Amino acid sequence: MTDQFPDESSQQQTAADTAVISAESAEAIEVREQPSVWSRLLRHPSVIIGGLLLTLIVGLVPAAPFLTSLDPTDISPRNRNKPPGFMTVHKDEEGSKYEVKAVMGTDKLGRDVFARVIYGARVSLMVGLCVAFIAVSIGLLIGLLAGYFRLLDAIVMRFMDGLMAIPAILLAIALVSLSGASLFTVIMAIVIPEIPRVVRLVRSIVLSIREEPYVEAAISVGTPTPKILYRHVLPNTIAPLIVQGTFICGSAILLEAILSFLGVGVPPEIPTWGNIMAQGRDLFQIYPHSIFYPGIFLTLTVLAINMLGDGLRDTIDPRMSREF
Amino acid sequence: MSAPVLSVSNLTIDLPRNADRQHAVHDVSFDVAPGEVVCLVGESGSGKSVIAFSVMGLLAKALTIANGTIQLENEDLTRADETRLRELRCTRMGMIFQEPMTALNPVMRCGDQIDEVLQEHTDLGAGERRQRVIDMIEQVHLPDPERMYNSYPHQLSGGQRQRIMIAMALILEPVLLIADEPTTALDVTTQAQILHLIRELQSERNTGVLFITHDFGVVAELADRVAVLKQGELVELGTTQQVLSAPTHPYTKMLIASVPVHEPPVRAAIPEDAPVVLKTEALDKQYKSFSFGGGKQVVDAARDVSIEVRKGETLGIVGESGSGKSTVARCITWLIQSSDGRIWLAGDDIAKMPKRDLHALRQKVQIVFQDPYRSLNPRRTVGQSIIEGPLNYGESKADAWAHAQELMQLVQLDPEGLDRYPHQFSGGQRQRICIARALAMRPELLVADEAVSALDVSVQAQVLQLLEQIRDRMQLAMLFITHDLRVAAQICDVVAVMSKGQVVEYGPTRDVFNNPQHEYTRALFDAAPGRDFAFARSDS
Amino acid sequence: MWTYLFKRILAVIPVLLVVLVVVFLMLRLTPGDPAANIAGDAATSEDIAELRIELGLEEPLPVQFAIYVRNLLKGDFGESFYYKRPVISMIADGIEPTLSLALFTIVLACLVAVPLGTLAAYKQGTWIDRLVMGFSVVGFSVPVFVIGYILIYFLSVKLDWFPVQGYQHIADGIGGWAYRLVLPSTALSVIFIALIARMTRTSVLEVLSEDYIRTARAKGLPQMKVLLKHALRNAAVPIVTIIGIAIAILISGVVVTESVFVIPGLGLLTLDAIQGRDYPTVQALIILFSVVYVVINLLIDVIYTLLDPRIRY
Repeated sequence: MTDQFPDESSQQQTAADTAVISAESAEAIEVREQPSVWSRLLRHPSVIIGGLLLTLIVGLVPAAPFLTSLDPTDISPRNRNKPPGFMTVHKDEEGSKYEVKAVMGTDKLGRDVFARVIYGARVSLMVGLCVAFIAVSIGLLIGLLAGYFRLLDAIVMRFMDGLMAIPAILLAIALVSLSGASLFTVIMAIVIPEIPRVVRLVRSIVLSIREEPYVEAAISVGTPTPKILYRHVLPNTIAPLIVQGTFICGSAILLEAILSFLGVGVPPEIPTWGNIMAQGRDLFQIYPHSIFYPGIFLTLTVLAINMLGDGLRDTIDPRMSREF
Repeated sequence: MSAPVLSVSNLTIDLPRNADRQHAVHDVSFDVAPGEVVCLVGESGSGKSVIAFSVMGLLAKALTIANGTIQLENEDLTRADETRLRELRCTRMGMIFQEPMTALNPVMRCGDQIDEVLQEHTDLGAGERRQRVIDMIEQVHLPDPERMYNSYPHQLSGGQRQRIMIAMALILEPVLLIADEPTTALDVTTQAQILHLIRELQSERNTGVLFITHDFGVVAELADRVAVLKQGELVELGTTQQVLSAPTHPYTKMLIASVPVHEPPVRAAIPEDAPVVLKTEALDKQYKSFSFGGGKQVVDAARDVSIEVRKGETLGIVGESGSGKSTVARCITWLIQSSDGRIWLAGDDIAKMPKRDLHALRQKVQIVFQDPYRSLNPRRTVGQSIIEGPLNYGESKADAWAHAQELMQLVQLDPEGLDRYPHQFSGGQRQRICIARALAMRPELLVADEAVSALDVSVQAQVLQLLEQIRDRMQLAMLFITHDLRVAAQICDVVAVMSKGQVVEYGPTRDVFNNPQHEYTRALFDAAPGRDFAFARSDS
Repeated sequence: MWTYLFKRILAVIPVLLVVLVVVFLMLRLTPGDPAANIAGDAATSEDIAELRIELGLEEPLPVQFAIYVRNLLKGDFGESFYYKRPVISMIADGIEPTLSLALFTIVLACLVAVPLGTLAAYKQGTWIDRLVMGFSVVGFSVPVFVIGYILIYFLSVKLDWFPVQGYQHIADGIGGWAYRLVLPSTALSVIFIALIARMTRTSVLEVLSEDYIRTARAKGLPQMKVLLKHALRNAAVPIVTIIGIAIAILISGVVVTESVFVIPGLGLLTLDAIQGRDYPTVQALIILFSVVYVVINLLIDVIYTLLDPRIRY
C-alpha cells in the first residue's frame, strides 16, 4: 500500500558519491540520462487523448468554411425548427435553390445548427486562450511582487481575498450586464475572477522558493532583488503556471458558455455554443438537438483541455498542485 | 549462548530493475541473541534500513526478497503471510523509527496510540489496558504519565516522542526490538538519554536489539556486536571491541579512520598580530510576536553574543538545536537583521548599515549552507552559479570564468564540470561547489553553517580537510557552526559553546575540551557517544 | 484556540470591506449613468436628474459609500426598482429553495465522493482507481446545464419519472419537496463529486506515505484500520478545505441550475434582477452570496481546530 523506500531513496547519488570520493577522483560522475519532458509527455495517456481531441476541435477553426457551405448567421423562416437529417432549402447568390442536409437540425430562426456549432468553436477557443493568457500574465506579475515585498503582500492579498469571496459567475454576470455585452467585456469579466487564483499560486511558490538555500546564497553573493526574482524564482513558476493556465482555459470556455446560455454573454448573433443552447431552451422538450449538439462539443472541448492539464501536471509539475 | 531470537541468513533483496545496482542487500547473514545489541552500521545507501524493514515485513513493494531466510525464533518470516506478520508485529518484534516528529499520528492522543497495540493484540478490558499503558509510560521515564497519556504528539519534545514510540514498541515485551537510527534526529544530550533508556529496558527484559546507525560513536556506546555494510554487502562482523579497535576490512578501516577524534589535536598558534576580521559586540536577535490575550511575546534567539575571529583562524560555534548558533551566522552574513549590538566586519560596523552601503561589504563574508541538495539552483549550471557573485561586482565574464576554473581545481573537481548541472554531482561534490562559489567572491570571512552535517562520514572527513587547506592557503577567517563536538574538535582553533541563545563558554579548543568550566559544556561533552572509546587509528 | 478564532474573525473584516468596495464601485463606475439606466429609454432628462438626487448620486463618492454601508449595517438593502418591494423580503422568499438545493447537493456529493475517493486511493493504480479518476475528469468538464438537460430529457420527458421543472415548498410536503429536488441536485452534484473524490484521493494518498502510517502498520494493525482510523482522519483537513472552496462553485452552480429547472430561488432572482437592471437587488444578492462564502469558510476554519489538535494558537 504505502511505499517505504528508507535510506535508499537518495541512494542513486550517494552510492556514486562514495565510489567517486573513495577513488579520490576529481571528475563529475556519469549522468544517467532521464527521459526528456517531451518524451514523458508524449507517453502520458491523458496527454495523448486530450491532445488529439483538442487538435481535432482546434482544426474546426480553419476548416469550418470547408465543412459547411452555410452562413451560421443566416436566418431562414422556412427552415425553422427542423430535426437533424432534414433537407433544408437555401438560395445561392444567383437566387437558384439548392438543398442541404441539416445534420444537426436547425434552430427556431432557421439557422443551421451544424454551421453554428463548428463556427462556435472559434469564439469558445479564443475566449479560453485569451482569458488564460491575460489572467496568467497579470496574476504572475502581481504574485511575484506580492510574494517578495511584504508591505505590498498584505494589501494585495486582502484585496485578492475579497475578490475571491465574490462568486465568479455573479461577478462576471454583473460586469457584463453593466458594461454591455461584447466579446471584450465577456473576456475581461471572466479574467477578473481568475486573477486571484493565479496570484495565490504564484505567491505560494515565491514564498517557498525564497526560503531555499540557493536563493539565500544568491543574496549573499550580492545579487540584486530583481535579478533574484527573474533568475531564481520566476523559472520555478513556469511549469505550475502552464498547468494552471490550461485549467483556466477550460473553465473560461465553460464560463463563457454559461454566460451566453443565461443570456448575459456574447451578443446572441455571434454563434457560440452557449448562444446556440440559449436559443434552444424554449423548445427543448420537442427539439433537444440545439442543446445537445453544442453541449457535446462544449463538453468534449473542456474535457480535452482538462485531460491535457492533468497530464501536464503529472509530467511537468510534480508538486501535484491542488488548484483546479 | 542461547538460541538466537533473530537469524538472518544469505539474505538478498533485489532493487527495481532501473536502479543503479541489482541488489539492495546481497547475501547478508547475522544473528541476534536474546539480550544482545547488534548494530548494523554503514553509510547512506548501504542497505542497512532495508534489512530492518524486511524483518518487519514492511519492505516497499518495489523491493523483493530474492533469496535467504529471516528466522524469528525459528519461524521463517520470508514465508509468513501478511496476517501472520501482523500478529507478530509488536508481540514478538517491535520497531522504532528515525523521525519521532513524524512517526506519531498527529491527531491521536499519545496514550491512545499505545493503547491501540493492546486493543489489537490482547483481550484486555479498557481499564486494564489504560493501567498498562500508564505503567509503560512510567517505565520509559516520562514525567506525569496521566498527562502524557492525554497529550497530542505536537505537545511533546522530540525525545519525549521517541520515548512514546519505545513504549509502544515494547509494551507487549517482544523478543526483538528493531531500532532504525532512532537518535539521529535528536540532540546529543537527548540521544544519550534515549540510548541509556534502550539499554536499560532491553537488559531488564532480555530483549534482542537490532540497531541501525551510521554513527560509530553510538556503536561504541551501545553495541555488543557490529555488522558493517557497504553497498548492500556485509564486509565485517564481530564484537564491538574487535571491529572498532582492530578492523580488518579496508572499508571498515577507512570508515573508522574518518571518524573525527574527540580529542582536539595540537594546532599551530595564530600569530598575535593577525588582524581581527570579525568581531561582534553584544549581538542580539529577538523575534517578536503579538498575540491576543498574551500580549507581546519576545523570543531571544541570540542574546549578548560577543565573539571575535582573526585572519587565518577558525572559530567554532557549538550548540544543540535552538541554541541560536545559526541565528548568529545569519546575522553576520546579513541574511537577517540583528536586533541590537554591533557587528564589526574588517573595521566596519555592518549591524545597522543601510542596505545600499552593505552591498560592497557583502563580498567580504560568504556562507556555505548545510543542505548540498538545495544550495544550488537546479536550473543553472555550476559555472553560472559560481560566477554569479563576481559578475554582480563588476568582474568580466572571462575573468570570472577563469577564476571559477581555478577554484574547481582548488576544491578538487574537474573544471569541465562548470558546464554541468548540480544534479549530475554527488552530495559531497555539491558541497565542494558551494565552497568554490563562496571563494569566488574572494571573501575575508567564510561562514560554514553545519556545512558537513549532511554528509557521510568518509565524505565529511574529506570536506573538512579541504576546508582546512583552503583556510591555510588563503588565510581566511572561518566561522564554523556545528552541533558535532568531534568535528569542532578537529577543525576549530577557538570554540564558543552556545545554549539558549547565549555563549556559555568561550576559549581555545583544547582548553575547552580538556577542562570544560560551564556545567552545560560538561553535560554536552558527557553526552557525546563513544567518547572514551579507543577507535582504531590506522595509517591507511 | 480562542485567540486563533478571534484573529480569524478579525481577518474577515477586510475581506468583507473589499467585497463592499468592489460591488459599490462596480455599480457606480461602469460606463453609463445608473440613473439613466434605471429610468429607462422613455425618461426625460428632468426625470433622470430627479432620480439622481433621489438615489444620492449627486453626493461625492465617499459620502455615497458611507451612506451605502450605513444602510447595509442597518439591514436596509433598499427597494427593488423593478418589483417596488423591499429587497430583503424578496431575498427571504428565495432562501428556502436555494438553501434546499444547496444542502441537498452538498450532502449527496459528500456521501458519494468521500468513499469513492478513499477507495480510489486504497486501490491506487488499479482499474477502480482509473475509473474513479476518469469519472472525475469527465464530471469536471460537463457543464451543469448540459447534465441538467440530459436528465430532464431522458428521465422526465422520455421516461416521465420525474417532473420536468419546478419546486415544491417544504411546507407543502417533504416527499414532494425531496422528489422535485432529486434531478436538480443530481445535476449540480456531479461537479462536486468529481472535485471532492479527487481531493479525497490525493490527500489520502499523501497521508498514506506518512511516517505514522508506517508506525501504525508496524503495530500490526489491519489495513482497513490503518486506512480508516489513521489515514482518513488525517486527510480530513484538506477534504474539508476543498468543500469550502466548492461553496464558491456551488453558488455559481445554483444560479444555473435554478435557471434550468425553474426553481424560484435566489439564483433565479439574481438573473431576473440583472435582466431588469434592478441594481439594489443585484447589489444585495452579490453581497449576500459573498458573505455566505466568507462565513462558511470561517466555519471551516473553526472545524479545523476540532479536526487537528495542532491548530491551537
